[in-house]
Amino acid sequence: MKDFKKGLIDGIPIALGYISVSFTFGLQAISTGLTWWEAVMISFMNLTSAGQFAGLDIMLRGGGFWIEMACTQFIINLRYALMSLSLSQKADKSVKGMHRWLISFGITDEIFAVSIGNNGEVSNKYLYGIILLPLLGWTGGTLLGAAAGNILPSVVRDSLGIAIYGMFIAIIVPPAKKNPAIFKVVIISILLSCIFKWMPVLNYVSSGFVIIICTVISASIGAIFFPVKEEKE
Amino acid sequence: MIISNFFSYLFIMAGVTYLVRALPFVIFRGRIENTFIKSFLYYMPYAVLGAMTFPAILFSTGNYISSVAGLIVACLAAFKEKSLLIVAIFACFTALVINLVCMLY
Repeated sequence: MKDFKKGLIDGIPIALGYISVSFTFGLQAISTGLTWWEAVMISFMNLTSAGQFAGLDIMLRGGGFWIEMACTQFIINLRYALMSLSLSQKADKSVKGMHRWLISFGITDEIFAVSIGNNGEVSNKYLYGIILLPLLGWTGGTLLGAAAGNILPSVVRDSLGIAIYGMFIAIIVPPAKKNPAIFKVVIISILLSCIFKWMPVLNYVSSGFVIIICTVISASIGAIFFPVKEEKE
Repeated sequence: MIISNFFSYLFIMAGVTYLVRALPFVIFRGRIENTFIKSFLYYMPYAVLGAMTFPAILFSTGNYISSVAGLIVACLAAFKEKSLLIVAIFACFTALVINLVCMLY
């Protein structure tokens, strides 16, 4: 139970951040002609931000773009494959059999990042705990956005948008402070990401791809120049 | 939107997204020994987070000034090793205050 509770607590800031983002998704889904329950089903079954917004655009065009839908989701969400692989190395022995199939549904950027920030291995109870509230927040936020439009004043909604990034910073900074190699890898990744944002031509690359490219390049540089020694956490 | 189209799209989206997540997690059960891959996986989370945070955080509150203020406060709180929730709340609160000030003036 201790693990489950710790997971729940770690999931609170993620859930708060998700409510604000999925609220926007709900609003947008309604404005493009979906019903509230369609929007909620998309959120509940996908639990992903960039992929859902892209999926909405394709749905708008009507039927027939099945392959394009599959490819778009594959590329935007390919980063989850890297995260799953990484998390598979962090999970302890309790994460086996059916648990693997169930837990993998809930691997998002934020849930992955927070789980991986734990000292030592993580158990299945912790992972269920950390997935639960964000899943509810993501689905519930979509419902709120779809059903009620402007419940929150926009200034509050806008301000909540930074919650997720605040969490990311809280995960990155402490280890980067202690380990210069992590610091360098992060800086390289940030520089690459900024180049993709502002460099002409490169700024056409989709955001899911940008994250993959930045991650693969900077983590490879880290692995080549600062290989991690045995038995070092 | 036609219902049959909606469900076809929904199942394609959800199916692809799920398999991308599940297959690596289900397939890789053992511990990986290769030093490069281990090191890569060690640095990967920080690289992902760096790329996802910057420059996106600058556009996260609808206002550069409040985003930058929230960013600075978050970095200071994180440097002092505050918990995730505290850092997130500080960042939101800072952004909210600056956004309100910007609305008034």
